[in-house]
Amino acid sequence: MRTVAVVTAGLSQPSSSRLLADRLGAAVDRALRLDGDDVHVEVVELRDLAHAITDHLLTGFPSGDLVDAIDLVRRADAVVAVTPIFSASYSGLFKSFFDVLEDGLLEGKPVLLGATAGTARHSLALEFALRPLFAYLRADVVPTAVFAASEDFGTGGAGALSHRVERAARELADAITGRGRSGPVDPFENPTPFSELLGG
Amino acid sequence: MQFGIFTVGDVTTDPTTGRTPTEHERIKATVAIARKAEEVGLDVFATGEHHNPPFVPSAPTTTLAYIAAQTERILLSTSTTLITTTDPVRIAEDYATLQHLSDGRVDLMMGRGNTGPVYPWFGKDIRDGIPLAIENYHLLRRLWREDVVDWEGRFRTPLQGFTATPRPLDGVPPFVWHGSIRSPEIAEQAAYYGDGFFSNHIFWPASHTRQMVGLYRRRFEHYGHGSADQAIVGLGGQVFMARTSQEAVRQFRPYFDQAPVYGHGPSLEEFTSQTPLTVGSPQQVIERTLGFRDYVGDYQRQLFLLDHAGLPLKTVLEQLDLLGEEVVPVLRREFAALQPAHVPDAPTHASLVAAGTPVTPVEVSA
Repeated sequence: MRTVAVVTAGLSQPSSSRLLADRLGAAVDRALRLDGDDVHVEVVELRDLAHAITDHLLTGFPSGDLVDAIDLVRRADAVVAVTPIFSASYSGLFKSFFDVLEDGLLEGKPVLLGATAGTARHSLALEFALRPLFAYLRADVVPTAVFAASEDFGTGGAGALSHRVERAARELADAITGRGRSGPVDPFENPTPFSELLGG
Repeated sequence: MQFGIFTVGDVTTDPTTGRTPTEHERIKATVAIARKAEEVGLDVFATGEHHNPPFVPSAPTTTLAYIAAQTERILLSTSTTLITTTDPVRIAEDYATLQHLSDGRVDLMMGRGNTGPVYPWFGKDIRDGIPLAIENYHLLRRLWREDVVDWEGRFRTPLQGFTATPRPLDGVPPFVWHGSIRSPEIAEQAAYYGDGFFSNHIFWPASHTRQMVGLYRRRFEHYGHGSADQAIVGLGGQVFMARTSQEAVRQFRPYFDQAPVYGHGPSLEEFTSQTPLTVGSPQQVIERTLGFRDYVGDYQRQLFLLDHAGLPLKTVLEQLDLLGEEVVPVLRREFAALQPAHVPDAPTHASLVAAGTPVTPVEVSA
């Protein structure tokens, strides 16, 4: 049984961060099941833990449901972490949760990063804000991070959100099962079959 | 079992009056509190050590010696002695002197402090916290147990042919506790030497204290000092009492809400359910304290924190009356009835002398 903890810091109910988190969680679940694994995906809504997280910052110890949330992340085979982008970076609540985790808790743990914002202008916050944070925490962050602007929920095509979600989920599943990542496809060795090209 | 109080020595504004005591008032209040602790029949008074505002106890042996001169029975201790940033030679000298002046009414609790910049202020590196605690304490033990010490380590200038004076009273060094909130290395250190282990207890949930004390007990047995249930355990505790629990909560809430350590965080009700803090009647304090034994086993020392968060001296003295008259006599009786015969009391100077700790007296040459 593989456990995947999905941590989401969206504030509104429902939030687009939760929407993205659920899509990522479901995609990881599918990818692992394809590999023949039994999967348990559990979501942690940081909004529900906001007071407990602040209390932990002040007292130094976790209380109530925060104990279980931290324990879930500790036990999980992988973590999906999703935050709204506020003022050019992750939200304060998102950062505070990762601040109160004990040292080394994420070390070597496969992590998939996701973020949401109103427009795609914020998308690189994933790369310049979230990725360094998780590098500091020595997490094993998969190469594809998934950003969803509001418009992404209504856009199809080659770069559609669903494609990015599937690719990231496949990378996380591979990181969990320890399968070597497949290298880039050589288009001369393995040309895309024309039926696929024709099919779009 | 020993019962007592420990003070942090903070100068904190009383949130109900807006008044901040002067350092002079706080130091004098500390002495008054220690004297009162003896008067109401407590066994131990321990002071913290800090080197920054808003704390006053930077020179604990000065204060403890002054208290020793004004008391007759109470045991004087620390909570904690900064083994990381204080030269072990100074600790050996200061506390051996205090031991002589107080006729053996001294023990110590080693700790690492709560303020990062204290390390650089004393020429140390906070990243060396644990190695400093280990090396310095090992030297301290030798200074008290060997008349002439040759020594070389990482953190202090070497010693060649050094004798720490005065030698410990009756050739018996003070008993040492090691205090820690969360470092397993310190529980391991206490177990290795067969010293006492003191769990701060008051800021963290019981499950954490159980884990730390459990580790210490297991390793105490591993190192051959006795069975796990014979290890020497102390606990902190934090109480505020009134005739009724409603009255206690009403009086304490403004202090809790503004307290430097946990103020503006969890509610009083949440914190009392999550940690050993007990705000209520003397009977409630008795029941809660007896319950500590359920998760740490039979233990030897219970210290309460009473004088913090800006509580005025008058209130602290009233709390001591309640503690000494109504709580501790019952706890003594109840704990004594529960404690099996093979579980020892905490060592004292008298018991260590009687046990004949093998230390040769210093030879003073002309």
